[in-house]
Amino acid sequence: MTGSDQPTSRARRRRIAVVILALLATALVLFLAFDIYKKKSERRLPPIPVLELVGEVDDPAAWAQSFPLHYADYLATVDQERTRFGGSDALPKSPTAADPRSTVAQSKLAADPRLPRMWAGYGFAIDHREDRGHAHMLDDETFTARQQKPQPGACLQCHASVVTANRKLGEGAATPEAAGAARLNAMPFAEARTHVDRAIACIDCHDPTTLRLRITRPAFIDAIARLEAGRGNRDYDVNTMATRAQMRSFVCAQCHVEYYFKGADTQLSHPWDDGLRADELLARYDATGFRDWVHAETGAPMLKAQHPEFELWSQGMHARAGVSCVDCHMPYKRVGAMKITDHHIRSPLLDAGRACQVCHPIAAEELVARAESIQERTLAMQNTAMDRLMDLIDAIQAAQASAPDDRRLEAARHAQRRASFLIDFVSSENSAGFHAPQEAARLLFLALDEILAGTRALEASPPARSESKTPRAAMR
Amino acid sequence: MSSPRSRLPRAVSRWLVWAPRAALGLLLAVGLFTFDYAGGTSYLRDDPTACLNCHIMREQYEGWQRGPHRRATTCNDCHTGHSIAAKYASKAVNGFNHSLAFTTGRFSEPLQINDFNRRIAEANCRRCHGALVQAVDGAAPHSEAGACLRCHADMGH
Repeated sequence: MTGSDQPTSRARRRRIAVVILALLATALVLFLAFDIYKKKSERRLPPIPVLELVGEVDDPAAWAQSFPLHYADYLATVDQERTRFGGSDALPKSPTAADPRSTVAQSKLAADPRLPRMWAGYGFAIDHREDRGHAHMLDDETFTARQQKPQPGACLQCHASVVTANRKLGEGAATPEAAGAARLNAMPFAEARTHVDRAIACIDCHDPTTLRLRITRPAFIDAIARLEAGRGNRDYDVNTMATRAQMRSFVCAQCHVEYYFKGADTQLSHPWDDGLRADELLARYDATGFRDWVHAETGAPMLKAQHPEFELWSQGMHARAGVSCVDCHMPYKRVGAMKITDHHIRSPLLDAGRACQVCHPIAAEELVARAESIQERTLAMQNTAMDRLMDLIDAIQAAQASAPDDRRLEAARHAQRRASFLIDFVSSENSAGFHAPQEAARLLFLALDEILAGTRALEASPPARSESKTPRAAMR
Repeated sequence: MSSPRSRLPRAVSRWLVWAPRAALGLLLAVGLFTFDYAGGTSYLRDDPTACLNCHIMREQYEGWQRGPHRRATTCNDCHTGHSIAAKYASKAVNGFNHSLAFTTGRFSEPLQINDFNRRIAEANCRRCHGALVQAVDGAAPHSEAGACLRCHADMGH
């Protein structure tokens, strides 16, 4: 039955198994060889395919032909993702004729009812939502319910790609960008809106012939020159004198900063003449008597702080160590053999490995926990300060209702203005204190001091605020 | 008599003889080719350029080239075990892990050393600098794994 050419059925099965296994193993090794081939060819790619550069073209899709990887990341800023204390969810919303958005971020006003009271009488008390990615910036400004109050075209300097619009509007002037921006700033929002058509694009940060970073917002060019003049650098031109490392923060600082609309023609301006600290900004506002609005409940001349990320960062340890916005928010990433700057701009806490481990070689979960412990404490302090601010508003209202002593009320309103700005500075800043933890704590401490001064002004018969024995400068 | 079922046509039973041999031969040929194409033998030696076969190591290689340790060490002096057996054992373990990670793309960046390799590197620090750190170790032993590297993490590259 088992002739030499007639193996047993068991041996037969074994031989068939050998054939199958050997073929599978061969396929696996071939796959490996092919994968090695792919990786070897990646290395041969030129590191950056600088093809025909596109010139002053708005449309990022045109740039995408040379930079497809960067473009794909840029498109990803539509994402909405939360960190423990920041970020937002995409809440579904029925599109209407007035507001065609189908998703919005959650309302900050609904989450904290003290905020609408802090901003009573101002647009931000109507609608104020959590932040979301760059891709949404133009729609979120165009369709916010704040538009019920007339908004200036100046908003668009940071809610749209305005390089081309500024240049066109300023055609013929000595500095077309500045002249055009001045015109756009002064227009009503709806008119200015017709001059722009997309959110921030490549052209807003990059020179299209050299790809170098560049500053395109006249307000920043002007403000940083005034800041540098105060430090003894006259005729400072940021585009020719800033280092590349500085530019990796300055391009972001064109918009992620405190600003105000100066004069009747609502010129976008930054109050940096005396320095970048919140109390230095406040001193500047007090010196010029500027106010954003009048508080609806107390009549105080109020200031609104807006996303001062650059200012707070500039006071922190990372800034001191030369770490730029881009280092953490746009860390390098590897694509094949190439390293590119990640243009999916977002919270470093969403990828702490790439963002932090380049300098801090410890586990990503530990890094996130460290950041969150800073944020948690800042928010606890901010929460206390906010409660005391509500108390001060109560006290001013009560004093107004009974016999109002104008002089004492004025001091209390001034204290409300200052305290409100300082708290707002920390709470509207988008890192929950992380960018400069001790500076954030100092500002909230100063805010409490203002509130105390305001409360005393209302209580005491001898006017408040003993011209302090501890000089205020000591708090700096 | 055997049952008719167990009798195979002559062609099939011949196939059962040569097919396994052919398949194994093919596997051997493809395997040898791939081993050679991947620079397999380079991993058995000490030349640091072997580590550069993967472009992901370029920064470490260039850092080492510019650092003081280039005068005294190669990659293997710090990153493999010292005895012959330990050396090839660590090469085998790391070779497999690195190949798997690099092929599947499942690894996190920036690269971080794991405990196995930290212990190897630490032992190699002490192999050369033992006399120097003996005094430091003396009273309060810095004996936990990775103690040298906690502060001197960028010493080699």
